[in-house]
Amino acid sequence: MSGVWVVLEERAGRIAPLSWEALAAGRELGAITCLPVHAILIGADTAKLAGELAERGVEQAIRVEHPLLAAYTADGFALALEQFLRTADPGYVVFPHTYQVRDYAPALAAKMGQMLLGDVVEICRRGPDQVGPTFVRQMLQGRLDGHYLHAGGGPCFLSVQAGAFRAQESPAQTDTSVETFTPALEATQIRTRPGQPFRASAQTVDLGSAERIVSVGRGIRDAANIPMAQELASALDAELAASRPVCDSGWLPADRQVGSSGQTVAPKLYVALGISGAIQHQVGMKASRCIVAVNKDPDAPIFEIADYGIVGDLFEVVPALTEAVKARKN
Amino acid sequence: MPMKIVVAIKQVPESGSPFRIDGSGRWIEEIDLNYTLNESDAYALEQALQLKEQHGGEVVALSAGPDRVQSVLRDALAKGADRAMHIRCGDGPDRDALGTARLLAAAIRPESPDLVLTGLQSDDVGHGQTGVLLAELLGMPHASLILQVEKSETGLNVKRELEEGWLQMIELPMPAVLTIQSGGNKLRYATLMGIKRAKTKEMRSIDAPELGVDTAAVAVLDHVSTIRKQKSGQILTGTPAQAAAALVEKLQFEARVL
Repeated sequence: MSGVWVVLEERAGRIAPLSWEALAAGRELGAITCLPVHAILIGADTAKLAGELAERGVEQAIRVEHPLLAAYTADGFALALEQFLRTADPGYVVFPHTYQVRDYAPALAAKMGQMLLGDVVEICRRGPDQVGPTFVRQMLQGRLDGHYLHAGGGPCFLSVQAGAFRAQESPAQTDTSVETFTPALEATQIRTRPGQPFRASAQTVDLGSAERIVSVGRGIRDAANIPMAQELASALDAELAASRPVCDSGWLPADRQVGSSGQTVAPKLYVALGISGAIQHQVGMKASRCIVAVNKDPDAPIFEIADYGIVGDLFEVVPALTEAVKARKN
Repeated sequence: MPMKIVVAIKQVPESGSPFRIDGSGRWIEEIDLNYTLNESDAYALEQALQLKEQHGGEVVALSAGPDRVQSVLRDALAKGADRAMHIRCGDGPDRDALGTARLLAAAIRPESPDLVLTGLQSDDVGHGQTGVLLAELLGMPHASLILQVEKSETGLNVKRELEEGWLQMIELPMPAVLTIQSGGNKLRYATLMGIKRAKTKEMRSIDAPELGVDTAAVAVLDHVSTIRKQKSGQILTGTPAQAAAALVEKLQFEARVL
Protein backbone atom coordinates (compact mmCIF):
# COMPACT_ATOMS: atom_id res chain seq x y z
CA MET A 1 0.00 0.00 0.00
CA SER A 2 1.47 3.30 -1.01
CA GLY A 3 -0.84 5.79 0.57
CA VAL A 4 -3.93 7.83 0.10
CA TRP A 5 -4.51 9.33 -3.35
CA VAL A 6 -6.99 12.16 -3.77
CA VAL A 7 -8.37 12.81 -7.26
CA LEU A 8 -8.95 16.55 -7.72
CA GLU A 9 -11.58 17.69 -10.20
CA GLU A 10 -11.29 20.67 -12.51
CA ARG A 11 -14.16 23.13 -13.03
CA ALA A 12 -13.87 26.14 -15.34
CA GLY A 13 -10.07 26.04 -15.40
CA ARG A 14 -9.65 25.84 -11.61
CA ILE A 15 -9.61 23.04 -9.08
CA ALA A 16 -13.25 22.79 -7.94
CA PRO A 17 -13.81 23.75 -4.25
CA LEU A 18 -15.32 20.36 -3.46
CA SER A 19 -11.96 18.80 -4.39
CA TRP A 20 -10.33 20.58 -1.44
CA GLU A 21 -12.91 18.99 0.83
CA ALA A 22 -11.94 15.60 -0.64
CA LEU A 23 -8.31 16.49 0.13
CA ALA A 24 -9.30 17.27 3.74
CA ALA A 25 -11.00 13.85 3.95
CA GLY A 26 -7.88 12.27 2.46
CA ARG A 27 -5.79 13.89 5.18
CA GLU A 28 -8.08 12.58 7.93
CA LEU A 29 -7.73 9.15 6.38
CA GLY A 30 -3.96 9.59 6.18
CA ALA A 31 -3.82 10.52 9.87
CA ILE A 32 -5.90 7.48 10.86
CA THR A 33 -3.99 5.00 8.71
CA CYS A 34 -0.52 6.59 9.01
CA LEU A 35 -0.28 6.73 5.22
CA PRO A 36 1.08 9.61 3.13
CA VAL A 37 -1.43 11.70 1.13
CA HIS A 38 -0.96 12.52 -2.56
CA ALA A 39 -3.03 14.40 -5.12
CA ILE A 40 -3.94 13.35 -8.66
CA LEU A 41 -4.76 15.77 -11.46
CA ILE A 42 -6.18 14.46 -14.70
CA GLY A 43 -6.65 16.10 -18.10
CA ALA A 44 -4.88 17.05 -21.32
CA ASP A 45 -2.82 19.77 -19.65
CA THR A 46 -2.97 20.25 -15.89
CA ALA A 47 0.04 22.57 -15.47
CA LYS A 48 -2.13 25.51 -14.41
CA LEU A 49 -4.09 23.38 -11.93
CA ALA A 50 -0.82 22.06 -10.46
CA GLY A 51 0.06 25.67 -9.63
CA GLU A 52 -2.80 25.71 -7.10
CA LEU A 53 -1.38 22.84 -5.05
CA ALA A 54 1.37 24.64 -3.14
CA GLU A 55 -0.94 26.91 -1.18
CA ARG A 56 -2.96 23.88 -0.10
CA GLY A 57 0.08 22.14 1.33
CA VAL A 58 0.14 19.24 -1.12
CA GLU A 59 3.59 17.68 -0.98
CA GLN A 60 3.32 15.15 -3.74
CA ALA A 61 1.15 15.12 -6.82
CA ILE A 62 0.86 13.34 -10.11
CA ARG A 63 -0.41 14.78 -13.36
CA VAL A 64 -2.17 12.10 -15.41
CA GLU A 65 -2.08 13.67 -18.85
CA HIS A 66 -3.04 12.67 -22.37
CA PRO A 67 -4.53 14.62 -25.31
CA LEU A 68 -7.54 12.26 -25.27
CA LEU A 69 -8.38 13.47 -21.76
CA ALA A 70 -9.11 17.03 -22.95
CA ALA A 71 -12.86 16.47 -22.75
CA TYR A 72 -14.19 14.35 -19.92
CA THR A 73 -15.32 10.84 -20.88
CA ALA A 74 -15.95 7.97 -18.48
CA ASP A 75 -13.89 5.63 -20.68
CA GLY A 76 -10.91 8.00 -20.89
CA PHE A 77 -10.81 8.86 -17.20
CA ALA A 78 -11.38 5.30 -15.97
CA LEU A 79 -8.75 3.78 -18.29
CA ALA A 80 -6.13 6.44 -17.56
CA LEU A 81 -6.57 6.32 -13.80
CA GLU A 82 -6.61 2.52 -13.77
CA GLN A 83 -3.22 2.47 -15.50
CA PHE A 84 -1.78 4.93 -13.02
CA LEU A 85 -3.29 3.30 -9.92
CA ARG A 86 -1.92 -0.11 -10.93
CA THR A 87 1.58 1.38 -10.78
CA ALA A 88 0.94 3.32 -7.55
CA ASP A 89 -0.78 0.45 -5.67
CA PRO A 90 -2.78 2.80 -3.40
CA GLY A 91 -4.46 1.93 -0.13
CA TYR A 92 -7.24 4.47 -0.62
CA VAL A 93 -8.48 6.58 -3.52
CA VAL A 94 -10.61 9.57 -2.51
CA PHE A 95 -12.90 11.61 -4.79
CA PRO A 96 -15.30 14.53 -4.35
CA HIS A 97 -18.87 13.22 -4.80
CA THR A 98 -19.70 15.01 -8.05
CA TYR A 99 -21.81 13.97 -11.04
CA GLN A 100 -18.58 13.35 -12.95
CA VAL A 101 -17.20 11.07 -10.24
CA ARG A 102 -20.50 9.21 -10.05
CA ASP A 103 -20.19 8.65 -13.80
CA TYR A 104 -16.72 7.08 -13.95
CA ALA A 105 -15.43 6.17 -10.48
CA PRO A 106 -17.64 3.05 -10.12
CA ALA A 107 -16.37 1.79 -13.51
CA LEU A 108 -12.77 2.46 -12.46
CA ALA A 109 -13.38 0.65 -9.17
CA ALA A 110 -14.97 -2.32 -10.96
CA LYS A 111 -11.91 -2.64 -13.23
CA MET A 112 -9.96 -3.28 -10.02
CA GLY A 113 -12.53 -5.63 -8.45
CA GLN A 114 -13.91 -2.89 -6.21
CA MET A 115 -16.90 -0.58 -5.87
CA LEU A 116 -17.16 3.04 -4.76
CA LEU A 117 -18.11 3.86 -1.19
CA GLY A 118 -20.07 6.90 -2.27
CA ASP A 119 -21.18 10.03 -0.46
CA VAL A 120 -19.13 9.44 2.71
CA VAL A 121 -19.84 12.00 5.47
CA GLU A 122 -17.47 10.81 8.19
CA ILE A 123 -14.36 8.66 8.57
CA CYS A 124 -13.88 7.03 12.00
CA ARG A 125 -10.90 5.42 13.65
CA ARG A 126 -11.60 1.97 15.07
CA GLY A 127 -10.19 0.01 18.01
CA PRO A 128 -6.49 -0.94 18.13
CA ASP A 129 -7.19 -4.58 17.25
CA GLN A 130 -9.16 -3.71 14.14
CA VAL A 131 -7.88 -3.06 10.66
CA GLY A 132 -8.94 0.02 8.72
CA PRO A 133 -11.37 2.83 9.51
CA THR A 134 -15.16 2.87 9.21
CA PHE A 135 -16.86 5.05 6.65
CA VAL A 136 -20.23 6.62 7.44
CA ARG A 137 -22.70 7.25 4.65
CA GLN A 138 -26.39 8.05 4.76
CA MET A 139 -29.03 5.52 3.80
CA LEU A 140 -32.80 5.54 3.22
CA GLN A 141 -32.62 9.11 1.94
CA GLY A 142 -30.96 10.40 5.07
CA ARG A 143 -33.03 8.47 7.65
CA LEU A 144 -30.19 6.27 8.90
CA ASP A 145 -26.40 6.29 8.88
CA GLY A 146 -24.68 3.19 7.51
CA HIS A 147 -21.23 2.39 8.94
CA TYR A 148 -19.12 0.58 6.35
CA LEU A 149 -15.84 -1.30 6.40
CA HIS A 150 -13.71 -2.10 3.39
CA ALA A 151 -12.97 -5.82 3.04
CA GLY A 152 -10.31 -7.71 1.17
CA GLY A 153 -7.26 -6.65 -0.76
CA GLY A 154 -7.12 -3.94 -3.36
CA PRO A 155 -7.62 -0.22 -3.02
CA CYS A 156 -10.61 1.25 -1.21
CA PHE A 157 -12.44 3.79 -3.38
CA LEU A 158 -14.52 6.46 -1.66
CA SER A 159 -16.18 9.76 -2.51
CA VAL A 160 -17.06 12.44 0.02
CA GLN A 161 -20.27 14.42 0.30
CA ALA A 162 -20.23 18.18 -0.19
CA GLY A 163 -19.95 20.04 3.11
CA ALA A 164 -18.92 17.01 5.19
CA PHE A 165 -15.20 17.83 5.45
CA ARG A 166 -13.74 21.30 5.87
CA ALA A 167 -11.36 22.42 3.16
CA GLN A 168 -8.18 23.98 4.56
CA GLU A 169 -5.57 26.37 3.27
CA SER A 170 -2.01 25.64 4.22
CA PRO A 171 -0.38 28.12 6.62
CA ALA A 172 2.75 28.23 4.49
CA GLN A 173 3.53 27.55 0.86
CA THR A 174 4.70 24.00 0.33
CA ASP A 175 7.18 22.74 -2.21
CA THR A 176 5.03 20.40 -4.23
CA SER A 177 6.83 17.60 -5.99
CA VAL A 178 4.91 16.96 -9.19
CA GLU A 179 5.42 14.11 -11.61
CA THR A 180 3.64 13.39 -14.87
CA PHE A 181 2.17 10.04 -15.87
CA THR A 182 1.23 9.45 -19.51
CA PRO A 183 -1.30 6.66 -19.92
CA ALA A 184 -1.47 4.60 -23.12
CA LEU A 185 -4.80 5.58 -24.64
CA GLU A 186 -6.21 5.18 -28.13
CA ALA A 187 -9.11 7.05 -29.63
CA THR A 188 -11.00 3.81 -30.30
CA GLN A 189 -11.06 3.01 -26.57
CA ILE A 190 -13.25 6.05 -25.95
CA ARG A 191 -16.69 4.92 -26.97
CA THR A 192 -18.81 7.94 -26.07
CA ARG A 193 -18.79 11.36 -27.76
CA PRO A 194 -19.70 14.16 -25.36
CA GLY A 195 -21.27 17.41 -26.56
CA GLN A 196 -20.78 20.90 -25.14
CA PRO A 197 -22.67 21.57 -21.90
CA PHE A 198 -25.68 23.86 -22.33
CA ARG A 199 -28.49 25.28 -20.22
CA ALA A 200 -32.03 24.04 -20.74
CA SER A 201 -33.47 27.52 -20.83
CA ALA A 202 -32.46 30.95 -19.69
CA GLN A 203 -32.31 30.89 -15.91
CA THR A 204 -34.95 33.49 -15.09
CA VAL A 205 -34.98 33.05 -11.33
CA ASP A 206 -31.83 33.67 -9.34
CA LEU A 207 -32.62 31.99 -6.06
CA GLY A 208 -29.00 32.46 -4.99
CA SER A 209 -29.56 36.16 -4.32
CA ALA A 210 -32.90 35.73 -2.48
CA GLU A 211 -32.86 36.76 1.20
CA ARG A 212 -35.76 34.50 2.09
CA ILE A 213 -36.99 31.34 0.41
CA VAL A 214 -40.15 29.28 0.92
CA SER A 215 -39.59 25.85 -0.57
CA VAL A 216 -42.16 23.12 -1.17
CA GLY A 217 -41.67 19.36 -1.39
CA ARG A 218 -43.64 16.24 -2.11
CA GLY A 219 -45.85 16.99 0.92
CA ILE A 220 -47.63 19.69 -1.08
CA ARG A 221 -49.31 16.77 -2.89
CA ASP A 222 -50.79 18.65 -5.85
CA ALA A 223 -50.24 21.64 -8.13
CA ALA A 224 -53.51 23.04 -6.83
CA ASN A 225 -51.88 23.59 -3.43
CA ILE A 226 -48.98 25.71 -4.72
CA PRO A 227 -50.89 29.03 -4.26
CA MET A 228 -51.09 28.31 -0.51
CA ALA A 229 -47.27 28.24 -0.37
CA GLN A 230 -47.06 31.26 -2.66
CA GLU A 231 -49.19 33.24 -0.20
CA LEU A 232 -46.79 32.50 2.62
CA ALA A 233 -43.86 33.42 0.35
CA SER A 234 -45.52 36.74 -0.53
CA ALA A 235 -46.21 37.50 3.13
CA LEU A 236 -42.55 36.81 3.97
CA ASP A 237 -41.31 38.70 0.91
CA ALA A 238 -39.65 35.43 -0.12
CA GLU A 239 -38.97 33.61 -3.38
CA LEU A 240 -40.83 30.34 -3.96
CA ALA A 241 -38.66 27.28 -4.58
CA ALA A 242 -39.09 23.50 -4.60
CA SER A 243 -37.42 20.13 -4.21
CA ARG A 244 -36.88 17.92 -7.22
CA PRO A 245 -40.10 15.83 -7.15
CA VAL A 246 -42.22 19.00 -7.33
CA CYS A 247 -40.37 20.19 -10.46
CA ASP A 248 -40.40 16.70 -11.97
CA SER A 249 -44.18 16.71 -11.63
CA GLY A 250 -44.34 20.06 -13.42
CA TRP A 251 -45.96 21.87 -10.45
CA LEU A 252 -43.19 24.49 -10.50
CA PRO A 253 -40.67 25.25 -13.28
CA ALA A 254 -37.25 23.57 -13.07
CA ASP A 255 -35.45 26.91 -12.53
CA ARG A 256 -37.01 27.04 -9.04
CA GLN A 257 -35.41 23.74 -8.01
CA VAL A 258 -33.04 23.68 -5.04
CA GLY A 259 -30.59 20.81 -4.56
CA SER A 260 -27.69 19.02 -6.21
CA SER A 261 -29.40 19.07 -9.60
CA GLY A 262 -30.82 22.57 -9.16
CA GLN A 263 -29.60 25.75 -7.51
CA THR A 264 -27.49 26.04 -4.37
CA VAL A 265 -28.80 28.68 -1.99
CA ALA A 266 -27.84 30.20 1.36
CA PRO A 267 -30.55 32.74 2.26
CA LYS A 268 -31.14 34.30 5.67
CA LEU A 269 -34.34 32.25 6.00
CA TYR A 270 -35.24 28.96 4.34
CA VAL A 271 -38.70 27.57 5.05
CA ALA A 272 -39.05 23.92 3.97
CA LEU A 273 -42.68 22.83 3.60
CA GLY A 274 -43.32 19.11 3.22
CA ILE A 275 -39.70 18.43 2.29
CA SER A 276 -38.27 15.30 3.89
CA GLY A 277 -34.70 16.52 3.43
CA ALA A 278 -32.93 13.89 1.33
CA ILE A 279 -29.17 14.46 0.89
CA GLN A 280 -29.67 15.75 -2.65
CA HIS A 281 -31.87 18.54 -1.31
CA GLN A 282 -29.79 19.29 1.78
CA VAL A 283 -26.59 19.95 -0.17
CA GLY A 284 -28.43 22.75 -1.96
CA MET A 285 -29.68 24.60 1.15
CA LYS A 286 -28.00 23.55 4.36
CA ALA A 287 -25.78 26.64 4.42
CA SER A 288 -28.91 28.78 4.96
CA ARG A 289 -28.63 30.91 8.11
CA CYS A 290 -31.98 29.93 9.59
CA ILE A 291 -33.86 26.81 8.51
CA VAL A 292 -37.53 26.23 9.34
CA ALA A 293 -39.14 22.86 8.64
CA VAL A 294 -42.82 21.98 8.54
CA ASN A 295 -43.46 18.28 8.10
CA LYS A 296 -45.95 15.75 9.35
CA ASP A 297 -43.24 13.12 9.88
CA PRO A 298 -41.28 13.84 13.09
CA ASP A 299 -38.48 11.56 11.85
CA ALA A 300 -37.96 13.44 8.58
CA PRO A 301 -34.22 14.20 8.18
CA ILE A 302 -34.98 17.87 7.50
CA PHE A 303 -35.54 18.30 11.26
CA GLU A 304 -31.90 17.30 11.86
CA ILE A 305 -30.70 20.48 10.19
CA ALA A 306 -33.63 22.75 11.10
CA ASP A 307 -33.33 25.61 13.61
CA TYR A 308 -37.11 25.62 14.13
CA GLY A 309 -39.59 22.91 13.34
CA ILE A 310 -43.32 22.37 13.41
CA VAL A 311 -44.51 18.78 13.26
CA GLY A 312 -47.93 18.85 11.71
CA ASP A 313 -50.18 18.97 8.69
CA LEU A 314 -48.84 21.67 6.42
CA PHE A 315 -52.35 22.35 5.10
CA GLU A 316 -53.22 23.59 8.59
CA VAL A 317 -49.85 25.06 9.56
CA VAL A 318 -49.11 27.09 6.41
CA PRO A 319 -52.31 29.19 6.40
CA ALA A 320 -51.81 29.80 10.14
CA LEU A 321 -48.24 30.85 9.48
CA THR A 322 -49.30 33.21 6.69
CA GLU A 323 -51.81 34.81 9.05
CA ALA A 324 -49.23 35.14 11.82
CA VAL A 325 -46.72 36.79 9.48
CA LYS A 326 -49.36 39.24 8.20
CA ALA A 327 -50.46 39.98 11.79
CA ARG A 328 -46.89 40.85 12.76
CA LYS A 329 -46.65 43.33 9.90
CA ASN A 330 -49.78 45.20 10.95
CA MET B 1 -34.52 -1.60 -36.18
CA PRO B 2 -36.28 -3.21 -33.21
CA MET B 3 -34.45 -3.05 -29.91
CA LYS B 4 -34.10 -5.59 -27.17
CA ILE B 5 -34.04 -3.72 -23.87
CA VAL B 6 -33.39 -5.10 -20.40
CA VAL B 7 -34.52 -2.78 -17.61
CA ALA B 8 -33.16 -3.52 -14.14
CA ILE B 9 -35.51 -2.36 -11.39
CA LYS B 10 -35.44 -2.50 -7.60
CA GLN B 11 -38.13 -2.77 -4.97
CA VAL B 12 -37.49 -0.41 -2.05
CA PRO B 13 -39.28 0.54 1.19
CA GLU B 14 -41.77 3.40 0.74
CA SER B 15 -40.20 6.67 1.79
CA GLY B 16 -42.83 7.32 4.48
CA SER B 17 -42.22 3.96 6.15
CA PRO B 18 -41.13 3.90 9.79
CA PHE B 19 -37.53 2.75 9.90
CA ARG B 20 -36.63 0.80 13.05
CA ILE B 21 -33.21 -0.78 13.43
CA ASP B 22 -33.53 -4.56 13.75
CA GLY B 23 -32.00 -6.91 16.36
CA SER B 24 -28.82 -7.46 14.34
CA GLY B 25 -28.12 -3.71 14.33
CA ARG B 26 -27.25 -4.01 10.65
CA TRP B 27 -30.63 -3.53 8.99
CA ILE B 28 -34.17 -2.27 9.47
CA GLU B 29 -37.22 -4.19 10.68
CA GLU B 30 -38.80 -5.40 7.44
CA ILE B 31 -42.08 -6.22 9.13
CA ASP B 32 -42.84 -2.49 9.41
CA LEU B 33 -42.38 -1.77 5.75
CA ASN B 34 -44.47 -1.25 2.68
CA TYR B 35 -42.57 -1.65 -0.56
CA THR B 36 -42.70 0.16 -3.86
CA LEU B 37 -40.76 0.53 -7.13
CA ASN B 38 -37.63 2.68 -6.77
CA GLU B 39 -38.41 6.10 -8.25
CA SER B 40 -35.68 6.46 -10.87
CA ASP B 41 -36.23 2.82 -11.90
CA ALA B 42 -39.85 3.74 -12.70
CA TYR B 43 -38.45 6.32 -15.15
CA ALA B 44 -36.04 3.72 -16.60
CA LEU B 45 -38.99 1.40 -17.22
CA GLU B 46 -40.99 4.24 -18.80
CA GLN B 47 -38.05 5.06 -21.11
CA ALA B 48 -37.76 1.40 -22.13
CA LEU B 49 -41.48 1.19 -22.94
CA GLN B 50 -41.38 4.39 -25.00
CA LEU B 51 -38.38 3.17 -27.02
CA LYS B 52 -40.20 -0.09 -27.73
CA GLU B 53 -43.30 1.82 -28.86
CA GLN B 54 -41.18 3.96 -31.22
CA HIS B 55 -38.89 1.30 -32.65
CA GLY B 56 -40.44 -2.08 -31.84
CA GLY B 57 -38.65 -4.84 -30.02
CA GLU B 58 -38.83 -6.35 -26.58
CA VAL B 59 -38.64 -5.09 -22.99
CA VAL B 60 -37.43 -7.52 -20.33
CA ALA B 61 -37.87 -6.41 -16.71
CA LEU B 62 -35.23 -7.75 -14.31
CA SER B 63 -35.08 -7.57 -10.52
CA ALA B 64 -33.00 -9.22 -7.78
CA GLY B 65 -34.39 -9.85 -4.32
CA PRO B 66 -36.73 -12.06 -2.29
CA ASP B 67 -40.07 -13.30 -3.65
CA ARG B 68 -41.82 -10.03 -2.77
CA VAL B 69 -39.95 -8.26 -5.63
CA GLN B 70 -42.16 -10.17 -8.06
CA SER B 71 -44.81 -7.55 -7.37
CA VAL B 72 -42.75 -4.77 -9.04
CA LEU B 73 -42.02 -7.14 -11.93
CA ARG B 74 -45.73 -7.94 -12.32
CA ASP B 75 -46.44 -4.23 -12.32
CA ALA B 76 -43.82 -3.74 -15.07
CA LEU B 77 -45.53 -6.47 -17.12
CA ALA B 78 -48.89 -4.74 -16.60
CA LYS B 79 -47.41 -1.47 -17.88
CA GLY B 80 -46.16 -3.18 -21.04
CA ALA B 81 -42.94 -5.13 -20.43
CA ASP B 82 -42.94 -8.37 -22.42
CA ARG B 83 -41.43 -10.70 -19.85
CA ALA B 84 -39.76 -10.67 -16.47
CA MET B 85 -36.75 -12.26 -14.82
CA HIS B 86 -36.47 -12.58 -11.08
CA ILE B 87 -33.12 -13.35 -9.47
CA ARG B 88 -34.11 -14.90 -6.16
CA CYS B 89 -31.77 -13.77 -3.38
CA GLY B 90 -31.77 -11.96 -0.05
CA ASP B 91 -32.16 -8.23 0.28
CA GLY B 92 -30.26 -7.64 3.51
CA PRO B 93 -26.95 -5.97 4.27
CA ASP B 94 -24.71 -8.86 3.16
CA ARG B 95 -24.47 -8.01 -0.53
CA ASP B 96 -23.03 -4.75 -1.84
CA ALA B 97 -23.68 -2.95 -5.14
CA LEU B 98 -20.85 -4.87 -6.85
CA GLY B 99 -22.43 -8.18 -5.82
CA THR B 100 -25.81 -7.07 -7.12
CA ALA B 101 -24.28 -5.83 -10.38
CA ARG B 102 -22.51 -9.21 -10.81
CA LEU B 103 -25.82 -11.08 -10.36
CA LEU B 104 -27.61 -8.78 -12.80
CA ALA B 105 -24.77 -9.00 -15.35
CA ALA B 106 -24.83 -12.80 -15.22
CA ALA B 107 -28.57 -12.79 -15.93
CA ILE B 108 -28.30 -10.15 -18.67
CA ARG B 109 -25.34 -11.64 -20.61
CA PRO B 110 -27.23 -14.58 -22.24
CA GLU B 111 -29.98 -12.15 -23.31
CA SER B 112 -27.53 -10.13 -25.49
CA PRO B 113 -29.62 -6.94 -25.26
CA ASP B 114 -29.11 -3.82 -27.38
CA LEU B 115 -29.72 -1.61 -24.38
CA VAL B 116 -29.71 -1.97 -20.60
CA LEU B 117 -31.53 0.69 -18.58
CA THR B 118 -31.69 1.21 -14.84
CA GLY B 119 -32.42 4.05 -12.42
CA LEU B 120 -29.50 6.19 -11.34
CA GLN B 121 -29.78 5.46 -7.63
CA SER B 122 -31.82 3.38 -5.19
CA ASP B 123 -33.87 5.21 -2.60
CA ASP B 124 -32.85 2.76 0.15
CA VAL B 125 -29.13 1.96 0.19
CA GLY B 126 -28.36 4.54 -2.47
CA HIS B 127 -24.90 3.46 -3.65
CA GLY B 128 -25.88 5.06 -6.97
CA GLN B 129 -23.66 2.94 -9.16
CA THR B 130 -25.26 -0.39 -10.08
CA GLY B 131 -25.77 0.76 -13.69
CA VAL B 132 -22.20 1.99 -14.11
CA LEU B 133 -20.81 -1.21 -12.55
CA LEU B 134 -23.05 -3.24 -14.88
CA ALA B 135 -21.64 -1.44 -17.92
CA GLU B 136 -18.10 -2.26 -16.85
CA LEU B 137 -18.96 -5.91 -16.12
CA LEU B 138 -20.79 -6.28 -19.46
CA GLY B 139 -18.04 -4.47 -21.40
CA MET B 140 -20.54 -1.90 -22.69
CA PRO B 141 -20.21 1.89 -22.88
CA HIS B 142 -22.47 3.85 -20.57
CA ALA B 143 -23.90 7.25 -19.83
CA SER B 144 -25.39 8.24 -16.49
CA LEU B 145 -28.06 10.66 -15.23
CA ILE B 146 -29.95 10.48 -18.50
CA LEU B 147 -33.17 12.43 -19.07
CA GLN B 148 -33.87 11.66 -22.72
CA VAL B 149 -32.92 8.87 -25.14
CA GLU B 150 -33.05 9.00 -28.91
CA LYS B 151 -31.99 6.39 -31.39
CA SER B 152 -29.57 7.64 -34.04
CA GLU B 153 -28.10 6.13 -37.23
CA THR B 154 -25.13 4.73 -35.37
CA GLY B 155 -26.44 4.19 -31.86
CA LEU B 156 -27.91 6.52 -29.30
CA ASN B 157 -28.09 10.23 -28.67
CA VAL B 158 -28.83 10.91 -25.00
CA LYS B 159 -29.37 13.99 -22.86
CA ARG B 160 -27.33 13.92 -19.67
CA GLU B 161 -27.96 16.07 -16.62
CA LEU B 162 -24.98 17.93 -15.17
CA GLU B 163 -24.91 19.94 -11.96
CA GLU B 164 -26.62 23.29 -11.37
CA GLY B 165 -29.03 23.12 -14.28
CA TRP B 166 -26.55 22.30 -17.04
CA LEU B 167 -27.16 19.57 -19.62
CA GLN B 168 -25.09 17.77 -22.24
CA MET B 169 -25.78 15.56 -25.25
CA ILE B 170 -23.77 12.35 -25.55
CA GLU B 171 -23.50 9.99 -28.53
CA LEU B 172 -22.72 6.37 -27.89
CA PRO B 173 -22.90 3.09 -29.81
CA MET B 174 -25.07 0.13 -28.84
CA PRO B 175 -25.13 -2.13 -26.96
CA ALA B 176 -24.96 0.32 -24.08
CA VAL B 177 -26.04 0.86 -20.48
CA LEU B 178 -27.87 4.03 -19.42
CA THR B 179 -28.77 5.09 -15.89
CA ILE B 180 -31.95 7.15 -15.95
CA GLN B 181 -32.64 10.27 -13.89
CA SER B 182 -36.19 10.82 -12.70
CA GLY B 183 -38.38 13.45 -14.30
CA GLY B 184 -37.43 13.01 -17.97
CA ASN B 185 -40.74 11.46 -19.00
CA LYS B 186 -44.27 11.26 -17.72
CA LEU B 187 -44.91 7.93 -16.00
CA ARG B 188 -47.79 5.76 -17.17
CA TYR B 189 -50.21 3.79 -15.04
CA ALA B 190 -51.08 0.18 -15.68
CA THR B 191 -54.45 -0.23 -17.42
CA LEU B 192 -56.96 -2.89 -16.44
CA MET B 193 -56.29 -4.57 -19.78
CA GLY B 194 -52.57 -4.43 -19.06
CA ILE B 195 -53.03 -6.03 -15.65
CA LYS B 196 -55.09 -8.80 -17.21
CA ARG B 197 -52.56 -9.38 -19.98
CA ALA B 198 -49.68 -9.47 -17.48
CA LYS B 199 -51.02 -12.72 -16.03
CA THR B 200 -50.22 -14.56 -19.27
CA LYS B 201 -46.69 -13.15 -19.57
CA GLU B 202 -43.53 -15.06 -18.66
CA MET B 203 -42.01 -14.55 -15.20
CA ARG B 204 -38.84 -16.61 -14.89
CA SER B 205 -37.20 -17.12 -11.51
CA ILE B 206 -33.52 -17.88 -11.18
CA ASP B 207 -31.99 -18.85 -7.85
CA ALA B 208 -28.97 -16.60 -7.32
CA PRO B 209 -26.50 -19.49 -6.71
CA GLU B 210 -27.31 -20.85 -10.20
CA LEU B 211 -25.66 -17.76 -11.67
CA GLY B 212 -22.36 -18.86 -10.12
CA VAL B 213 -21.04 -15.42 -9.25
CA ASP B 214 -19.07 -14.24 -6.24
CA THR B 215 -21.18 -11.80 -4.25
CA ALA B 216 -18.96 -11.39 -1.18
CA ALA B 217 -19.11 -7.73 -0.25
CA VAL B 218 -16.10 -5.41 -0.51
CA ALA B 219 -18.15 -2.59 1.04
CA VAL B 220 -19.27 -4.34 4.23
CA LEU B 221 -22.12 -2.77 6.17
CA ASP B 222 -20.97 -3.12 9.77
CA HIS B 223 -23.98 -1.51 11.45
CA VAL B 224 -26.58 1.20 11.04
CA SER B 225 -27.43 3.99 13.45
CA THR B 226 -29.92 6.80 13.75
CA ILE B 227 -28.61 10.07 12.38
CA ARG B 228 -26.91 12.56 14.65
CA LYS B 229 -28.54 15.93 14.98
CA GLN B 230 -26.43 18.54 13.24
CA LYS B 231 -28.24 21.43 14.95
CA SER B 232 -30.15 21.55 18.19
CA GLY B 233 -33.35 22.75 16.63
CA GLN B 234 -36.47 23.74 18.58
CA ILE B 235 -39.77 22.04 17.86
CA LEU B 236 -42.71 24.39 18.34
CA THR B 237 -45.83 22.72 19.63
CA GLY B 238 -49.50 23.55 20.22
CA THR B 239 -52.31 24.14 17.76
CA PRO B 240 -51.28 25.26 14.27
CA ALA B 241 -52.12 28.86 15.22
CA GLN B 242 -50.10 28.69 18.46
CA ALA B 243 -47.11 27.04 16.77
CA ALA B 244 -47.24 29.56 13.92
CA ALA B 245 -47.38 32.54 16.30
CA ALA B 246 -44.48 31.14 18.36
CA LEU B 247 -42.44 30.60 15.20
CA VAL B 248 -42.96 34.13 13.91
CA GLU B 249 -41.95 35.46 17.34
CA LYS B 250 -38.73 33.40 17.23
CA LEU B 251 -37.94 34.38 13.63
CA GLN B 252 -38.34 38.03 14.50
CA PHE B 253 -36.61 38.30 17.89
CA GLU B 254 -34.34 35.25 18.19
CA ALA B 255 -33.14 34.51 14.66
CA ARG B 256 -33.83 38.07 13.43
CA VAL B 257 -34.56 37.03 9.89
CA LEU B 258 -37.85 38.84 9.34
